[in-house]
Amino acid sequence: MSSASTLISTRAAEIAGARNVIVDPAALDAYAIGGMIPSTAIRAESVEQIAEIMKFAVAEKLAIVVCAARTKLDIGAPPRQYDLALDLTRLDRVVAYDPGDMTLSVEPGIPLHRIQSALTEHRQFLPLVVPFMDRATAAGTIASGIDSPLRQFYGTARDYVLGIEFVTGDGAAVKSGGRVVKNVSGYDIHKLMIGALGTLGVLTRINFRTFPLPAATRAIVATFGDAARAVALRHALAGSPLRPLVLEIVSPRAAELLGGKSLASNDDWSVVASFAGTPTALERCERDVRKMAEQNGAAAFTSSDDEPSLAAPDRTSEFPAAALASSAAATILKLSVLPTKMQAMLDAAAKAVDAAQMQWAATARGVGTIYFALLPSERNEDALARVSRATNEIFGRCAALDGNATIPWCPAEWKSALPIWGPERSDLGPMRALKKVFDPHGVFSPGRFMGGI
Amino acid sequence: MASSTIDSRLLRDLQKLLGRDAVLYKPEDLLLYEYDGSVEVARPNCVVFPRTAQDVVGIVRLAGRHDTPLVGRGAGTGLSGGAIARRGGIITSFARMNRILEIDAENQRARVQPGLVNSDLSLAVEHLGLHFAPDPSSQKACTIGGNVSENSGGPHTLAYGVTTNHVLALEVVLPNGELLHLGAGAVDAPGYDLTGLFVGSEGTFGLVTEITVKLTRLPEATKTLLAIYECVDDATETVVEITARGITPAACEMMDGWTIRAVEDYVHAGFPLDCAAVLLIEVDGLREAAEYEAAEVADVCRLHRARDVRVARDARERDLLWKGRKNAFGAVGRLLPTYYTQDGVIPRTKLPATLRRVSEIGDKYGFAIGNIFHAGDGNLHPIILFDARDKRQFANAVAASDEIIQFCIEVGGSITGEHGVGMEKDRLMPLLFSEVDLDLMRRVRDVFNPEGLLNPAKVLPSAKGCGEIHVRPVAATVGSAPA
Repeated sequence: MSSASTLISTRAAEIAGARNVIVDPAALDAYAIGGMIPSTAIRAESVEQIAEIMKFAVAEKLAIVVCAARTKLDIGAPPRQYDLALDLTRLDRVVAYDPGDMTLSVEPGIPLHRIQSALTEHRQFLPLVVPFMDRATAAGTIASGIDSPLRQFYGTARDYVLGIEFVTGDGAAVKSGGRVVKNVSGYDIHKLMIGALGTLGVLTRINFRTFPLPAATRAIVATFGDAARAVALRHALAGSPLRPLVLEIVSPRAAELLGGKSLASNDDWSVVASFAGTPTALERCERDVRKMAEQNGAAAFTSSDDEPSLAAPDRTSEFPAAALASSAAATILKLSVLPTKMQAMLDAAAKAVDAAQMQWAATARGVGTIYFALLPSERNEDALARVSRATNEIFGRCAALDGNATIPWCPAEWKSALPIWGPERSDLGPMRALKKVFDPHGVFSPGRFMGGI
Repeated sequence: MASSTIDSRLLRDLQKLLGRDAVLYKPEDLLLYEYDGSVEVARPNCVVFPRTAQDVVGIVRLAGRHDTPLVGRGAGTGLSGGAIARRGGIITSFARMNRILEIDAENQRARVQPGLVNSDLSLAVEHLGLHFAPDPSSQKACTIGGNVSENSGGPHTLAYGVTTNHVLALEVVLPNGELLHLGAGAVDAPGYDLTGLFVGSEGTFGLVTEITVKLTRLPEATKTLLAIYECVDDATETVVEITARGITPAACEMMDGWTIRAVEDYVHAGFPLDCAAVLLIEVDGLREAAEYEAAEVADVCRLHRARDVRVARDARERDLLWKGRKNAFGAVGRLLPTYYTQDGVIPRTKLPATLRRVSEIGDKYGFAIGNIFHAGDGNLHPIILFDARDKRQFANAVAASDEIIQFCIEVGGSITGEHGVGMEKDRLMPLLFSEVDLDLMRRVRDVFNPEGLLNPAKVLPSAKGCGEIHVRPVAATVGSAPA
């Protein structure tokens, strides 16, 4: 152990106690990001400890990566420097839950599934169903800004996070927003924390609005011979009075990876939709969707009521996890376009990847967000060259369609060669300036965010 | 700089930039721009009317060159002094930037200029089965640019969300003259959520010159219910129970007996004069869902001893009920020269206790306090009636109002739910936020507005602890309504 790392681990033990400090190289492997391993990991047990750690990091010019269950640490670029992993898993309590007010306040490291069980007791839930759901935490989900299939109806985290408390890069404990469902007191600084990948602050408390758990839900899957017909059903549904909770299009290979029992098992595309309501309303939804599906040439149609929970039907939320597990070099593009441009985007992406002679799989959300996974069979220079060619082609097309393109997941050693943040944005200037306000010494995950932030 | 005259060179430069008909500077022309819907007042040195984003860039640059404060303004219906030139200077009115630039019905998007009146957008897309969901009570006058600045709410935000939930992208001009595009028409623009940060920044970060909003599909069916109570507590307990049953109404509004009598006398909506409170509840969605939920809601109302539950039979009856609600503030304004409306928020379950406390505070200071509010999301609008010509009454009105706000904070609420902080509640911000929180907000503002020339002395309390209170002249009291 070098003297620098001895200093870090000694001070870390003073702050959080020796039992919360990890220096064993084997154990530290679990905190690796793109081959970089910190010299120390520290499990904080209080906001005060976090503030202390930040002050120490500033004084010693350390770089910190904040983490919890570590299921989404690969999103973004590997940090330029990585001395200390700040692990939030010990901060895992429900701080306050008021079912009558439908508000929930949690510590950052609490797993989402534990939140859901606490809420289920009062027939409520949080519409966050995200990849690696069995382990994902509140903090990781909010910091990564990852979306949930339930966004079709409930929106994204920015629509139901009421307030956040966090510790800035210079160790100040601050708050933004509050714990009531309607609030315009002060600037909405907490919105900046959603999707910031931990580059602006350490989340210490997150306040959510909760939602009533529907008494009954029904999942419907319609399959089609091609993507165009599947997308046409999406458009028909969007133009109807129906209000689906989930509306997803699943490519043939994605259906295979997910292995959902209702999804198409041949070369067909699947449309997955779910609805909530009374038995009469659900009958109506099924009838209407069936009619729309038939009008658009559906090959098959199934419906099921046997999943009363709000988990995404057929686990479509786990698509990124399934794609990553299926290929040594899975490269997942996130392409968001206006819904009417989804078809053109899907076609262009499929064409570019077919030309590069690679497998691919995709899911597309009704709101226009496509997760398009390139699945090369090898992880080598040749595969990178082909992925790179296809990606450039796809990103060019996405820009022409006025869409947003990023690469949340790809092999770490490819990140510098691929445009993981998409084309440079004109509002990068204020983003850099904001980073300086929240983290003046550049302690948090240097280089992980867009534009090298 | 707060003098009422304007530097003649700045005036000449503005006239050259925009044309003589786009600059007001005579005292009699400026009078109208001293006010908004709040009780605040301050005179600008001039008012300008840009037509394009480039005009706005030019105005911002001139203001910077002349070291002159600059304030954006939509229709001036705001309720916290957001569009008032507290330190004088130039008011930039967006009245002439009021066009719909694009309607994309298939993707449920619209691109609009900031001066577009809120309800004009909904009217323009109604034939497509769409609407713009945020619906402040002032929606027939207020502008979408103002809604964006204040993150406005409205009765239907309970189910549909407030303005920020419906804004996808902004074009803004920063105080340094830079024209920026934030967000995107497609969802999930990469990078920090600057759009989310800008919405609700009360015109202190930049001037918004274009807005891309989501349009929402009109529901297939709507059911509007009026539940009538002999006792306020029964009404508030109904609200808590409705949500406990898993129903999120599209709107859930409450008015107390005092307010009802003022309203009925003016609007003739058919509210009973002898009751203690009414709830105006709306459910919508699929025909089947709306019918079921309406029956459930009626059931809950009766369980909680509603004397009567009426269901609007048609659109005319529904409109009449809403007219009563949305014109309530106008009705109250007929009773006394001045009223002061608060905008505190409390956790919904604290409604019964809060209303009892409001009534005690009214008794203590000898005021009639009307209660009208968005019960579903705990957003109160207690109305304190007083005569501003009486200095003692005015001071007492402010004291009573502060006590109400103090109680909201004690039960875990907030000082403003939808009206904004502006120049009315900046002094209250330290009750909610620590000096460290406020300092961070200040530094975030300085990223965009480092010289503080844009909408100065708003939102954040000045370092000295500013306690100034303005009273508008009695003649111009009423006219705009809170959400």
